[in-house]
Amino acid sequence: MATEQATFSGTAVSDFSDSAKKRRIVRQAFLYLFLVFWALAVLFPFYWMLLTSLKSQSAYNSEVQPKFYVDEPTFDNYKEAFSAVPLARYFANTLIFTLVTTGLMMVVIILAAFAFARLSFRGRNLLFTLFLSLMMIPNELVIITNYVTITNLNLRNSFTGLILPSITSVFYIYLLKENFEQIPEELYKAAKVDGTSDFKYLRRVMIPIARPTLVTIAILKVIECWNLYVWPRLITDDKSYYLVSNGIQEIREHGFGRDNIPAMMAAVVAISVPLVILFLIFRNKIMAGVSRGGIKA
Amino acid sequence: MKVTLDHVTKRFPNRNKKIREDVIAVNDFTFEIPDGKLIGLLGPSGCGKSTTLNLISGLEMPSAGRIYFGDTDVTDLPAENRGVGLVFQNYALYPHLTVEDNITFPLGNLRGAEKLTKAQMHEKAVEVAGLVQIGELMERRPSELSGGQQQRVAIARALVKMPSVLLLDEPLSNLDARLRLQTREELARIQRETGITTVFVTHDQEEAMSISDLIVVMKDGLFQQMGKPQDVYDHPDNLFVARFLGTPPINVFRGQIKDGSVVIGGETVLAADVSDDISGDVYVGIRPEGFLPSADGKFGLTLSKIEVMGRDTTVVATHPDLDGAAVIRAIIRSDEVSEVLSGSSSDDSDAGRIVRFDIRPEKVHLFDIATGHRIDAKLSAAARRRS
Amino acid sequence: MKRYFERYKAWLYLLPAILFLGAFMVYPLIDVIIYSFEEGYNFVTQTSRGTGFYNYGYVLRDPYFVQALKNTFLIVIITVPLSTGFALLISLALTAIKPLRNLFQTVYFLPYVTNTLAVGLVFMVLFKKTEYSEGMVNLLIKAFGGSGVDFIDGPYWAKLFVMCLYTIWVVLPFKILILTSALASVNPIYYKAARVDGTRPSRIFFRITLPMISPMVFYLVITGFIGAFKAYSDEVALFGTDLNAAGMNTMVGYVYDMLYGASGGYPSYASAAALILFLIVLTITCINLMVSRRNVHY
Repeated sequence: MATEQATFSGTAVSDFSDSAKKRRIVRQAFLYLFLVFWALAVLFPFYWMLLTSLKSQSAYNSEVQPKFYVDEPTFDNYKEAFSAVPLARYFANTLIFTLVTTGLMMVVIILAAFAFARLSFRGRNLLFTLFLSLMMIPNELVIITNYVTITNLNLRNSFTGLILPSITSVFYIYLLKENFEQIPEELYKAAKVDGTSDFKYLRRVMIPIARPTLVTIAILKVIECWNLYVWPRLITDDKSYYLVSNGIQEIREHGFGRDNIPAMMAAVVAISVPLVILFLIFRNKIMAGVSRGGIKA
Repeated sequence: MKVTLDHVTKRFPNRNKKIREDVIAVNDFTFEIPDGKLIGLLGPSGCGKSTTLNLISGLEMPSAGRIYFGDTDVTDLPAENRGVGLVFQNYALYPHLTVEDNITFPLGNLRGAEKLTKAQMHEKAVEVAGLVQIGELMERRPSELSGGQQQRVAIARALVKMPSVLLLDEPLSNLDARLRLQTREELARIQRETGITTVFVTHDQEEAMSISDLIVVMKDGLFQQMGKPQDVYDHPDNLFVARFLGTPPINVFRGQIKDGSVVIGGETVLAADVSDDISGDVYVGIRPEGFLPSADGKFGLTLSKIEVMGRDTTVVATHPDLDGAAVIRAIIRSDEVSEVLSGSSSDDSDAGRIVRFDIRPEKVHLFDIATGHRIDAKLSAAARRRS
Repeated sequence: MKRYFERYKAWLYLLPAILFLGAFMVYPLIDVIIYSFEEGYNFVTQTSRGTGFYNYGYVLRDPYFVQALKNTFLIVIITVPLSTGFALLISLALTAIKPLRNLFQTVYFLPYVTNTLAVGLVFMVLFKKTEYSEGMVNLLIKAFGGSGVDFIDGPYWAKLFVMCLYTIWVVLPFKILILTSALASVNPIYYKAARVDGTRPSRIFFRITLPMISPMVFYLVITGFIGAFKAYSDEVALFGTDLNAAGMNTMVGYVYDMLYGASGGYPSYASAAALILFLIVLTITCINLMVSRRNVHY
């Protein structure tokens, strides 16, 4: 075996490192070019909405060739957006809806996750499996009956009707249960020995330790609520209960006269800003949460 | 293939970005690895031995100096063109490929005239699998193998392309103690059978000493000594090498050379034939096996305890001039214990007594206090102490 | 009394979750199946003519449903492979660079957190032709010598194009995020080992990288299929709520339109359509799982 040994490929040794370096630089340049291209594709719609929202309607309409800059920036569109349509109302509705839904959901899932993670009772595994199997059921399937139920309960055009079906999430119960289980069981046993009640233990030990996960779940739920469209569209036809998504669709189809695009863009900017700010603040938490949970809204 | 490192230096930027100064992992290394030998690269963790291995493999490029395989300068060749086989510390077997696919993976990289058919690849895989004795595992996946089997697969993968040099990074560190003993014999056998120049890295001196044809001792990126294991053990070039090799480690005392003799704590231990300009303080290293119990021995130690281990017995003792360790360990034959203890049984009540030894001159090494370099001296037993 | 409480305490913790899930998931699931077999269910009187497969037959013959089915399948077939492949390219590029990587990742993730209806409006504006203006995109096309076309109210292929483009724009952030973290989790030692063996970059990619991230790729393909089959709000954002008129309705859109909206008031038809959709998704997911089981080895 020792007789035949690998031969070096006949690269000209001396200029190898030079040409390799050059090739590396060219490669990196291409990579950056590609990445910048897509970054621009992602950012361009945001830039365009901001730009258009600062143009006056007459200026916008007179541009046969849309300009990439604005000559005389104006905030009139924002005034228009908040006065011609009840945008502030939509905002308030969405805020109330988002906060109440997220708050209630956190309570429900914390209680359920705690029961699954730490309390022992007959049928725990069976029930948990049933819960998990519910994850496979698409929302589109159950929304039909839910629509009928809420209508029959006379809860259309009410916050109760909007909120009720979104209060539980099997997925978040699952995520939180996993997290709760990582907290050492010895802590629970120690607390039991000390005579701490389960609820007190949950409140004083589990929740503080699991706080990072709870915050992540809450943020993700807030994003989900803010962008919710289908359910509110089904359940509300009174504009005073519209959420922002429905509001923006309403604006698109009936608001501002037909073609006041700058005002429309001002509304779009106003709706997008809160989430972008939330994202920039909690960037790492959100991205870690989404990649861990592997969820697509 | 002969491997030569010629003034090779490797600097890394400091991880701590506030410190501008580079970290020197390998500092001005020069040595030559002869063809067809098994070389152990030995040193404490962080001494740059893995970096040296990576430099030879081409995964790292040296900051200065040249590397030759045979007479070819390979310094600027990247890893893929050097034709080396590398076995990683945790084997790096591809988890999604079977053992055979893992072994043939390097062969699939050959192109043009060297390109092999499926049948040729299989034949080579079978041959090398036979060599490392994993022929019956070819269809398994790495996750279904034990640590020892995984390592054989890794070695087979490194050997299958007939490397010019085989490099192994801590090959035994992930195995349990029993397997380690068995595997190191196995390594030596495979090296003998293939005749491929093999360099392996280890921090375990026993491992290196037991199978290497030559060992290279490193410290803080600096080359210390190279030689046959026994030669290095018997003639350490400096205090570090002396201390690093041997278990229990060498006992080092602060002593003096005075009037042609070695003096420790006022006692003349050995006669020393040194050139005239050497005198004054020196380090005196005495191997544990260099102590001969003798009732009228020239060197007295304060006994702490006796550890009986069957054939041998360790005498644990202290001495005020001991350097760098808490206790002295002397290994004597168990049937000599009575000499130390002057007849009485090994008993805790002996602690604190002075026990006397004669010192075997060939087990003593002298080192310069300032530089730690070896001081060449012809040592011999001193004249009998008058009692 | 106290012991009684102790024994059933766990159920007390679970009560809210069980109540809500029962009322808004389990009951509706059963109910929707019943609806779908009740012929001519009248929403106001809550009565039906009888039971049978009539609703399914009606839905399958409805040209709007056929159009929705076609649109949905086109969205799935076009966007899932394209978005997954493109996300893989971007993730590979991201993994190969060091400076600015975080910035790029943040920018790429931005569409995930934005309101798709709001940004869809911007896409509409960019692609639409009005009496005042050609629209941004058409200007670009003309600048390169092409002739403009109205992507929002124009020919079918143009509408399909902008629909798929927007869908890909919306789903990419999630895929890029998952794939970059999958790529980052591949132990670099395998790349080193491959390099020492002189492996070509293409072989490294197809023989090492791709197999190692294949579980995540399959996961993305499966969730991508499911997501694309449920396409709806992206289309509403681009073409307005009356998707049937625009000829761009999707299966989910058809369900909602049957339930409520211009042609609404038929929960039986909606249920039948929703169940057909569910069966299609279930079948394709099962096929996907079987294929992935054969190809993902560890």
